[in-house]
Amino acid sequence: MRNERSPVTIDRREFLKTALAATAAAGAAGVGAPRGAFASEPRSGGLIDINVNLGRWPLRRVRFDNTAGLAAMLRRQGVRRAWAASFDFLLHKDIAGTNARLTEECRREGGGLLLPFGSVNPMLPDWEEEFRRCVEVHRMPGLRLYPNYHGYKLDNPDFAKLLGMAAAKGLLVELALIMEDDRMMHPLLRVPVTDPAPLAGVVRQTPGLRLVIVNGLRTLRDKALVDVVNSGNVSVDIAMLDAVNGVTDLLAQLPAGRVLFGSYAPLFYFEAATLKVQECPLTEAQVRAIRYESAQRLLPVST
Amino acid sequence: MKYEIWDDHTHLVEKLGPTPEAQLGEMLKFDDRLGISRAILFIGHFEGTYNLSPEQLRRANDVILRAIKPYRDRVFAYVYLNPKHTQASLDEMDRCIRDGPMVGVKLLVAEYCNKPTLDPIIDRATELKAPVLQHTWLKITGNLPDESTPMQLAELAARHPKATLICAHSGGDWEVGLRAIRPYPNIYADLCGGDPTAGYVEMAVRELGAERCLYGSDFGSRGIASQLGKVLGADIPESAKRLILGENLKRLLKPILDAKGVKL
Repeated sequence: MRNERSPVTIDRREFLKTALAATAAAGAAGVGAPRGAFASEPRSGGLIDINVNLGRWPLRRVRFDNTAGLAAMLRRQGVRRAWAASFDFLLHKDIAGTNARLTEECRREGGGLLLPFGSVNPMLPDWEEEFRRCVEVHRMPGLRLYPNYHGYKLDNPDFAKLLGMAAAKGLLVELALIMEDDRMMHPLLRVPVTDPAPLAGVVRQTPGLRLVIVNGLRTLRDKALVDVVNSGNVSVDIAMLDAVNGVTDLLAQLPAGRVLFGSYAPLFYFEAATLKVQECPLTEAQVRAIRYESAQRLLPVST
Repeated sequence: MKYEIWDDHTHLVEKLGPTPEAQLGEMLKFDDRLGISRAILFIGHFEGTYNLSPEQLRRANDVILRAIKPYRDRVFAYVYLNPKHTQASLDEMDRCIRDGPMVGVKLLVAEYCNKPTLDPIIDRATELKAPVLQHTWLKITGNLPDESTPMQLAELAARHPKATLICAHSGGDWEVGLRAIRPYPNIYADLCGGDPTAGYVEMAVRELGAERCLYGSDFGSRGIASQLGKVLGADIPESAKRLILGENLKRLLKPILDAKGVKL
């Protein structure tokens, strides 16, 4: 059995107390990314893919659903950094085990490419311990949350508490609004679409939060999207953006620096994301911002 | 782009310009950025309905005729029909295909495609060497009224083995839709619609053969990129990509283009 405790860990009760107490002050303090095992000096250029997944999609085998293959493909595509979560987070109740495996796989197979984004399910007992391990043991730069698969709505107090803890500890949070088109779900695995309506209010009440909405642009659009993005330090990825002039129109709607490159590989063909940027009329500065600058600014970690 | 790409499924987008031809001109700028050389255009939702009256059919098809007029060398069109109005549909085929520049038939969500009201339309399309593109979907959330499934298209194909039928969107739920059309060699899979989910194109090629697969964007409902990414990113041979991206559609349209004297 692996020892999940860091040799430099602080007392668990003290950790939680510190995290919660720091929430309110986080915004003013300008909390950044944790300087942990994955942190080093930024480097420019290349692609930063903020939405990749290790492991297997529960209902289908796809190409690159092995970490070594995925990492090799991402490198071939010019990706220099990928924020990686795991498909195991969706249905596995042993989230702690998945967080540990994800961290290990990113280290073993990633070769500096993969940044592990762990998860916490605030509906499970003692979820705060999972959060503590993500910060202290695994030294993760961020979390990816799955409200619809984990069974909570965005007005749930424990969701707000988790966001507050993440803000206090400087963890970036990715919120996956959906994982697949609800029209095409397996009849025995129909997962409700997350209602984003409460999100802007929750963000406003969480100073210091850095939030990225992934797979969000099918359900979150127009005024609702603009309201959420303007509610705080909120960005979106282009993985599920699919519209005529989509990237150009999105950039025109949102403040600068809020649109990030996310491929949702390996469940989506990686090329779909790169072609979205190529398809639209964009300035070179806009392309750079989407491809890496905005993500780098949000999470200044590189090789 | 190293492929010759023909897009088998596009719509006009009103926000792109004040007139149909201006809208199509803007679409072609997107095509240029991604190396798409030719496109098939047809009407979709029109005047708030899929169930167009005979008068609406004429107006809808007039919009498309106007749009393609400046781009005849690059954009071909399919006539939009409503099998609930069989005679009006046959008349539109005569006006737009036999006597006009259109080269195929588009059927959307006006009538289930296994109904006998389609039979005269399919027979006439076969005479004219015109492929018939039928919208299909399989939604676990429930199809629209009169929205056809790939299984219904398979019934139609069994009755019309000489017709060239295109299963638009491969049924959306492609893992089921591709199975439904697999036994019918005169049904081709249109790969557009739905997310760029990995495995889609690989399964289509494995189960149908690359010769039965067609790239389309569904421009209007979607951008071009996500659907093009499906084919370019698929783990299939280069020869299969060439077929899917252009050669298959070119082959399907050759008889009617030849009949119209169109040189490629």
